[in-house]
Amino acid sequence: MPEQDPLVRRHNFDEVPLGYTEEQAIIEASRCLQCKKPLCVAGCPVDVDIPGFIRLISEKEFSLAARWIKDTNSLPAICGRVCPQEAQCEQLCVLSKKQQPVAIGRLERFVADYERASGVVSIPKVAAATRKRVAVVGSGPAGLTIAGDLIKQGHAVTVFEGLHKAGGVLIYGIPEFRLPKAIVDAEVDYLVKLGVEIRANMVIGRGKTVDDLLNEGYDAVFLGVGAGAPVFMNIPGENLSGIYSANEYLTRSNLMKAYRFPEYDTPIAQGKEVAVLGGGNVTMDSVRTALRLGARNAYVVYRRTEAEMPARLEEIHHAKEEGVQFQFLANPVEYLGDDQGWVKGMRCIRMELGEPDDSGRRRPLPVPGSEFVIDVDMVVVAIGTMANPVIPATTPGLETNRWGYIVARDETGETTRKGIYAGGDIVTGSATVILAMGAAKKAARAIDAYLQGK
Amino acid sequence: MNLIKESVYLSEQVVKMTIEAPDIAATRKAGQFVVLMTDERGERIPLTIVDSHTREGTIVIIFQIVGKTTTCLAEMRVGECLYSVLGPLGRPTEIERVGTAVCVGGGVGIGVVYPIARALKDAGNDVVSIIGARTKDILILEEEMGAVSDRLLIATDDGSYGFHGFVSQVLQGMIDGDERIDRVYAVGPVPMMRVICDVTRPYEIPTVVSLNPIMVDATGMCGACRVAVDGVTKLACVDGPEFDGHQVDFDLLMNRLRMYSSHEKEAMESCRCGCHGK
Repeated sequence: MPEQDPLVRRHNFDEVPLGYTEEQAIIEASRCLQCKKPLCVAGCPVDVDIPGFIRLISEKEFSLAARWIKDTNSLPAICGRVCPQEAQCEQLCVLSKKQQPVAIGRLERFVADYERASGVVSIPKVAAATRKRVAVVGSGPAGLTIAGDLIKQGHAVTVFEGLHKAGGVLIYGIPEFRLPKAIVDAEVDYLVKLGVEIRANMVIGRGKTVDDLLNEGYDAVFLGVGAGAPVFMNIPGENLSGIYSANEYLTRSNLMKAYRFPEYDTPIAQGKEVAVLGGGNVTMDSVRTALRLGARNAYVVYRRTEAEMPARLEEIHHAKEEGVQFQFLANPVEYLGDDQGWVKGMRCIRMELGEPDDSGRRRPLPVPGSEFVIDVDMVVVAIGTMANPVIPATTPGLETNRWGYIVARDETGETTRKGIYAGGDIVTGSATVILAMGAAKKAARAIDAYLQGK
Repeated sequence: MNLIKESVYLSEQVVKMTIEAPDIAATRKAGQFVVLMTDERGERIPLTIVDSHTREGTIVIIFQIVGKTTTCLAEMRVGECLYSVLGPLGRPTEIERVGTAVCVGGGVGIGVVYPIARALKDAGNDVVSIIGARTKDILILEEEMGAVSDRLLIATDDGSYGFHGFVSQVLQGMIDGDERIDRVYAVGPVPMMRVICDVTRPYEIPTVVSLNPIMVDATGMCGACRVAVDGVTKLACVDGPEFDGHQVDFDLLMNRLRMYSSHEKEAMESCRCGCHGK
């Protein structure tokens, strides 16, 4: 797949992969063996008929392939770009044993982009109106997916979104160079065309509560509010100017488009010596954004090694190509500031890996006496997120676990309150777009059954 | 929605604006704020809800023109719509019957302390309000504050009206005169709030301040508004905006407020709405 040259793309916010041409897509699709018992499908959290849509591509039926995917996956343009295929469908592809697996993700992206470019977006059949109303709280991947599924079943759907634009992590978390916002807007418009009502600037839990929604006449509520609270290390100096949570840094850049300041009014610090803490996709997104915003040196500081990094392989690979530097087995213990209260250094300690912890990965332990200082003028803390307590705090009877995540049945998304369902990061902790979608699809089936019985 | 119903200058740099926002008007309480954007490319800025009218479904904000967004906001006309208004945000003021509450407002902070003073009065407190400005011409809400206070004291830096000096000196005068003060609420520029806290600290008079850090989402998502209170990091948007003034690290707040000063200059110079700059 042709990509932008790393030394060029580290200065722009355009997508890295340039996409398949029709010929390239057909050639790649023809590699698929059309296995009678396809292993890839089992790796897909939403059970896309992978051999099905790939065969249509090899037959040059691109629009039909798009409709085929959308039967199960309503956001293929997004998933084709952000799914960790190497850990899902492609990992199980029979070809991966001796060669490269079929590039399933790239083919999905090709098909979705083709459909969007053609201007002809298929609107599926919508069932007869049931007169039942569902409130969806949160317009991220879970909320958008469940809205799409429920509206097709004939229910009236209203999505409540706390920010001023819909999309959740798709607009505030993932940068433009990984997921163009025009694509997210197109997906949201598609839902609106289907009849979904989207109400922005509504934070359920402040003013209106979930119970208010039920009392107002919504027959069921789905909570897809994500895990959007920032996590800091609580070490000295962490409140110095120039130290951001990844949520803030990315929200400024992606949602508020601070990377285009002063065309857009929201500012963002443009550090020259930037350290980003963590090892996941959010870390990669943050550090690559910092590079694009003019960092001379952009470091990832991670307490484990590359082998333990949860980030998508393609992101790590792209980051390296772009010149991101990696400091493994290191963790900050303190920040140093100048006389204006701005960060100027990060004192770190070396780590070594001990016994595995709860996540199954070897636990990092500090090596006494190994402190060293990295000169920095900006830091992004991307070590994870946690649940925002506003919904559980204002919804009596809604059980949460000790981390504040909502307790919900795996197969149905049912919570401890009748008529209230939940899925995505607010249940699992921060995970992926596709897992949120999978949870939303299951909850959609459960809610549909529940409403039929009402 | 978010229609501007009224926009008037209270002084050269201070504007009072009434906005249609029925959901917010219906549920807001004293001490809470909204976050608004003038247009699609604007910043998200927090502004205290000074008043609301449930029947008309409107809220009132008062803001000082200090930068790009407030300049553009002041230029907007009645009949135009704000791109986005979110609220009510923040924890409402804890209103209890304490006895005598002294409400201190400095500059545009008077607008913030007004709903607090009113709620305290409604709760049965004796309310003494001290309001101050650099000079008489820019003193706002004198009549409104008078209406919700048992006593209104005024201070101007240049002596053009009321006491010649600072609100902190007026407060010190009350303390020196052994007047009963059960609690102090102070809102205004950060140095003013800090000084008020320094005045009350030796006498252990509980003092509540309303902090004004930079915010982005204002719903607890990003941490931009983090402040240090008694050494612990708090988010002004969900834990505040009011905190125990004696525990607030004002130096940290001032440092963090300065983070974008060079950006702010640049933003003023590039204008979209055609009202200023190039």
